[in-house]
Amino acid sequence: MAEAKAPAYDSSKWFGRTLNWIDDRFPMTALWRSQVAEYYAPKNMNFWYFFGSLALLVLVIQVVTGIFLTMHYKPDARFAFASVEYIMREVPWGWLIRYMHSTGASAFFIVVYLHMFRALLYGSHRKPRELTWIFGCLIFLSLMAEAFFGYLLPWGQMSYWGAQVIVNLFGAIPIVGEDLAIWIRGDYVISDATLNRFFAMHVIAIPLVLIGLVLAHLIALHETGSNNPQGVEIKKHKDANGIPLDGIPFHPYYTVKDLFGVMVFLLVFAVIMFFAPEMGGYFLEYNNFIPADPLVTPSHIAPVWYFTPYYSILRATTDRIMPVMAVAVAVLALMTIVRARSGWMRGAVAGGAVLVIIGFFTLEAKVWGVVFMGVSVLVFLALPWLDQAPVKSIRYRGPLYRLALAVFVIVFVILGYLGTLPPTPGRTLVAQVCMLAYFAFFFLLPWYSRWDSHKPVPERVSK
Amino acid sequence: MSTSSGATTHPASGASFSTPSPMDPRRRNLIIGTCVAGGAAVAAAAWPFLDSWSPSERAKAAGAPVEADFGALGPGQRMIVEWRGKPVWIINRTKEMLADLAKIPPGNLVDPDSKQANQPPYATNATRSIKPGLFVVVGICTHLGCSPTDKFTAGDPTMPAGWEGGFFCPCHGSMFDLAGRVYKNMPAPDNLIVPPYRFASDTTVIIGEDTKGA
Repeated sequence: MAEAKAPAYDSSKWFGRTLNWIDDRFPMTALWRSQVAEYYAPKNMNFWYFFGSLALLVLVIQVVTGIFLTMHYKPDARFAFASVEYIMREVPWGWLIRYMHSTGASAFFIVVYLHMFRALLYGSHRKPRELTWIFGCLIFLSLMAEAFFGYLLPWGQMSYWGAQVIVNLFGAIPIVGEDLAIWIRGDYVISDATLNRFFAMHVIAIPLVLIGLVLAHLIALHETGSNNPQGVEIKKHKDANGIPLDGIPFHPYYTVKDLFGVMVFLLVFAVIMFFAPEMGGYFLEYNNFIPADPLVTPSHIAPVWYFTPYYSILRATTDRIMPVMAVAVAVLALMTIVRARSGWMRGAVAGGAVLVIIGFFTLEAKVWGVVFMGVSVLVFLALPWLDQAPVKSIRYRGPLYRLALAVFVIVFVILGYLGTLPPTPGRTLVAQVCMLAYFAFFFLLPWYSRWDSHKPVPERVSK
Repeated sequence: MSTSSGATTHPASGASFSTPSPMDPRRRNLIIGTCVAGGAAVAAAAWPFLDSWSPSERAKAAGAPVEADFGALGPGQRMIVEWRGKPVWIINRTKEMLADLAKIPPGNLVDPDSKQANQPPYATNATRSIKPGLFVVVGICTHLGCSPTDKFTAGDPTMPAGWEGGFFCPCHGSMFDLAGRVYKNMPAPDNLIVPPYRFASDTTVIIGEDTKGA
């Protein structure tokens, strides 16, 4: 309570008096201390820990450039494409603001994917940081929604047909699907009504959710404290003042370090933005320089690179793969039943598996493509519980997890690459194999994380 | 004024309340009632916002039938008409095309006999049309809504061996024959959709209106 606290600043100077006046009414100094200056982070955080602050930086870039883009953009199917060209050619510095925004979109996903990979390396998602991870996964989902809604706005051919494909994913849902797709579009096809509502979602609804989730992510992180490359809990060993022995104040140590990361990032960002904003068709697709035409589908539709791994999984789900998936589900269910402790649990798993397998052969493969794509994104939420290893960091984990993680990364990249290409029977087969490996990484994790050998974890951060 | 017995005293008002005590049933029922009434009010208030996403009156009106004159359509040619914002193809199938169509083994198709209701009853036949020569179909793939491209020529070198002419969806590789029937093992589950249509004269067709009495 304010009345019980001595003023923190020298009351004889006007600046100190001002700060004391604020502190009596708002816990400014207390917040600064608890969240920044006296937030103790492990002293051994390496470059992988840059990507959290970089994600925050990209969020700021996107919000600021986005606000300025809305000042010139017109969310109307008749004018949208032309208004983007107007921004590019006639608005002073409009090209720079738009390229910052379009490069920022891809940068956001690069940074977030690396941030998530850091968690897989060092077990940052494991107990006690499960909620930090879940808020992070929700941020990732919001980011995907944000990117999807935003991609329609330039109203180019890829915008239009990409949105058509994604909205029709909802149409695949049995019974209610078609009505749901019409409700999302507000029309029988993607139209002005769709563009207008996607604009509202992109510029206000999702950003508000995103910022709220970022706050929740940070509050949860600061409650448990940061993880580190050794996966050692620094709060276990504190000095007489209750300060972790292996902790250093976030400010100035990590603010300065993150500033270095920001410099390197901005250097790369600027090079891409100024010299290769289209990134060979990966960041800005060539077909999107053609205005949307509802009557002509481009000869090849591919989402932007950050969606392609999941898109590949969607495409890989054909009638031919369903028996393989059925066998996989049956094996997984048997393995779970063997391990399950209660009879009730065994029955539930067996019943669920039978229902799913019946579904595999009764519902269309198209429905399952959508389901598998959804699962491939949502499965990240379950990671803290799927992983049963007694240690967090890869430094003390055995060969099985190292191998699995390496395979997962390779498979993720291959799926992403295949998703940018038109399908052929050979590519579909490769994508199907990769899809199986992708799901195996997650769903077999409870087993191989237990079988794996583990090295002892030191009590304290070494070096 | 102490908290030793589990009772807490509010510092300002002096009102005392005990922390873990059985709840007054009257108070509990009132809380439940308030939550239920409040929840119903929130749901009712949300409805106008949710329903505002449904197609507007203008969008519904734009879904009215359209008339197309196919008098100038040469043999083997295709024209595109916009109906409900979707491309509707009108294809003048030649005798050769119809002969090629008949050559496809039914076993290669998902639904060779058009058992799925993807066409009006009067177009549920071998050519999926009212007049065999004139094929009217919505040019949108039943997989995820892309518009397939023409591959009318039998034996097209870009298509697999034994191709008898049809359509190829560039998005996910689905293949259809010249009656819009999907081949097996394709991402698309169903045949292309034949819209309701009727002939207003020998050279005009109205898309979006059923043929009566057929």
